[in-house]
Amino acid sequence: MSADVQLDNVWIRFGDFVAARDINIHIQDGEFFSFLGSSGCGKTTILRAVSGFSEPSEGRVLIGGKDMAGIGPNKRPTALIFQNLALFPLMKVWENITFSLEVAGVGKAERKKKADELLDLIALSGQGEKMPNELSGGQKQRVAIARALCAEPDVLLLDEPLSALDLKLRQHMRTELRAIQQRVGITFIYITHDQGEALTMSDNVAVMSQGKIEQVADGTTVYDSPETSFVASFVGENNLFEGKVSEVSEGYAIVDTPSGRLRARNAKHNGEYQLKTGDDAFLFIRPESLKFADGGSYDNQIKANVLQHEFEGSFWQVFFNVQGARRTIKLSMVNDGGSVGHEKGSEAQLGFSADKAVATPVGMLADET
Amino acid sequence: MKAYWKAFFLKNGVSISAYLLISIMIWLGMLIMLPQFFMFDFSFRFNLPPAELGGPKDVYTMSHYKYMVFGSEQASDSYNVVDVWVFVRTIVTAICVTIFDLALCYPIAYYLAHVARGGWARLMVIALIIPYWVNELLRAFAFKIMLGTSGIINDFMMWAGVIDQPIEFVLENYALYAGLGYAFILLMIFPIYNAIESLDRNQIEAARDLGSPWWRIHKRIVIPYAKPGITSGCTMVFMLTAGALAAPQILGGPSSLWYTQIIYQWFNQGNNWQRGSAYAVFLLFSTIVIVLLAMKAFKVKLGEVSR
Repeated sequence: MSADVQLDNVWIRFGDFVAARDINIHIQDGEFFSFLGSSGCGKTTILRAVSGFSEPSEGRVLIGGKDMAGIGPNKRPTALIFQNLALFPLMKVWENITFSLEVAGVGKAERKKKADELLDLIALSGQGEKMPNELSGGQKQRVAIARALCAEPDVLLLDEPLSALDLKLRQHMRTELRAIQQRVGITFIYITHDQGEALTMSDNVAVMSQGKIEQVADGTTVYDSPETSFVASFVGENNLFEGKVSEVSEGYAIVDTPSGRLRARNAKHNGEYQLKTGDDAFLFIRPESLKFADGGSYDNQIKANVLQHEFEGSFWQVFFNVQGARRTIKLSMVNDGGSVGHEKGSEAQLGFSADKAVATPVGMLADET
Repeated sequence: MKAYWKAFFLKNGVSISAYLLISIMIWLGMLIMLPQFFMFDFSFRFNLPPAELGGPKDVYTMSHYKYMVFGSEQASDSYNVVDVWVFVRTIVTAICVTIFDLALCYPIAYYLAHVARGGWARLMVIALIIPYWVNELLRAFAFKIMLGTSGIINDFMMWAGVIDQPIEFVLENYALYAGLGYAFILLMIFPIYNAIESLDRNQIEAARDLGSPWWRIHKRIVIPYAKPGITSGCTMVFMLTAGALAAPQILGGPSSLWYTQIIYQWFNQGNNWQRGSAYAVFLLFSTIVIVLLAMKAFKVKLGEVSR
C-alpha cells in the first residue's frame, strides 16, 4: 500500500525559534519527493513531524487522508531511514531487517524467510548471518533500506541517507534508490542538502530556506525557472546582476543595471509575476547560458574583461570582471578541442538570450544566509 | 622483547618511562599482589607465639580451612554450622542487594543518559555524588538514627497513624539491607550510565519507528548494549556488599553476623590472624567464582567488561 502525505499550514516552533513556517505541501501517492535545503533550514524538522517524533506546533499532518495528531512514530504507516542508518550493531543482519516483524510477533521461521526475500531484493543474498559491522558502507545502506521496507510502510522517509558514502557509491545508490522506489511503488520523502541527489531522483523538489518553502516543482522547473532569488542562487550556479526594473511586458522585465539594460523573464511565484516597474531586482543568468557574443545577435550584451580560464576537462570555465557587477561573472563552455580564444586581460562582448535569464525581486541569496 | 622496551623508552622519554614503570610496579606489586600473597600464605600457617616463629612447629597446615567448614573438634556439631550459615546468608543477601540495586539504578542511569537534559542532568549527578563525600561510617550512623525506634521514620509513621508501634528496623535487619543497598549504588549507576550514554539515540528512535513498544526497546536495544556496564556494576556492588564491614557493624541486628564480621573478630578479638586470613581468602575466592559463574550464565565475556 502507498499513501499521500499532506502538510496543512504546519508551523513548528522550538521556544522562540521557528523551524518550519506555514508549510503547505501535498505529496502525491507513490511520488519521490525531496526537501532540498542547507543544514538548519528545517527540512529534518518536517521529516520528524511526518514520522511522528515531533508534533507540529500548529497545523496538521495527514497521511493517506488521516490526521496523524497524537499518533506516535511506532503507530504511523511510515518508516524512517536515518542519516547514520542506526542499524542495531548487536543484531545480525537478518534480525535487523526483520525487527519490525519481531515486534509484530511473527515467528522466527517466517521472519527468516522474509529476510531472505529482502536480502535478494537488495542484492545481499546469503549475508543475513553477518553482523552489521562486517558490511561495507553501501551494503549497510541497503540493509537499512531493507529494514525500513520490511515494515511495509506506506511512506518511506529518508534523512540524507547517502551523505556518509563516498562520491562513486553515492551516485550508484541514487540510481538504486530510484529503482527500488519504482519497484515497491510507495511514496518516498527524501531529505538532502545535495541538489544533485534531489534533481536526479525526485519527481518533485521542495526548496527550503529558513523554515520556509521557497518553491515546489519538478527538477527542471526548479533549475530553469526559479521563483525566488534564494532558489536561483541555491540550485546550480548563477551569475548575478542587480538593478531597477524600468519596464515589464508579457512575462518579461527590463532591468537597468550598471552593466547595461538587460531583459529577462519575470519570475512567477504562486502564479503571479513578481516584478513591476520601479522594483529593485536581481537578474540571474547561468554560466552555461552566457556566450561570447562575437558578432552574434543576443537580446542582452555586456562588456567584460577576461580574468582567467579554468580547465575542467569537458568544460572551460571563464571568469570575467564586469563593470557594475557585484561578483565575478562566470561563463561555461563545452571543451570541443578548440581553445577559448579571448586571452586573459582582453576585453570581450558577452551575450545571452532573455529566455535564459530570470529576474526576481531583491531577496535572500543562498550564500549570504 | 628488548626491542619492545627500547621502543617504549624512545616513545615516552626516559624519565617518563621510568616513572610509568615504577608507579605501575608499585600499584601491581605493593598494593595488589603482595598483600594478597601474604594473606594467602598466612592462611596456611599455625597461630604461633612469636618465639616459635620460624621454629620446627612453623609449618604449612590446612587446619584453618578445616575449622571453617567442620568447626572445632570438641564441638558437638559435625559442621561449623554458625559460620557456614553466616557465609550462605551473606552471599544470598549480597546477591539480593545487587539485584535490588540494579533494578533501582538502571532507570536512573537511563534517565541520566538519555532523558535528562543539560543543567538538570548535572544537578542529578551532583545530588548522587555529594552524599558520598560523607564517610561511610557516618552514613551508616545516619541510617541508624533515621531508622531507630524513635527515629524520624518511625516518628512520622506513628504521627501519621500508619502504625501504632514503632517498627524494629534495626532488630529486624531492615536497616542493614537499606544501608547495604545504599552503600554502593553509585558503583552501579556510573558504569551503566557510561555504557548507555554512548548508545546512539537514533537506534532507540529507529526501533520506535519500526513499531517497537518501550519494553522491547530496552530488552533488545538498550540492555544488550549496556550489558558490559551492567556486569561491571553488578560485580562491584556484589563484591563490595559481600565484603562490607561498616554497614553490618553499625546497622546489623544483634543476632545477625555478616561474614566480614567473623573475619574481623578473628583478627581483632580472637587474635588469630591466620584463621582470619583463611576466612578472608575463602570469601575472596568464593565471590570470584560466583561472579564468573554469573557471567557465564549471562554470556558476558571478561573482555567486554573492561571495555
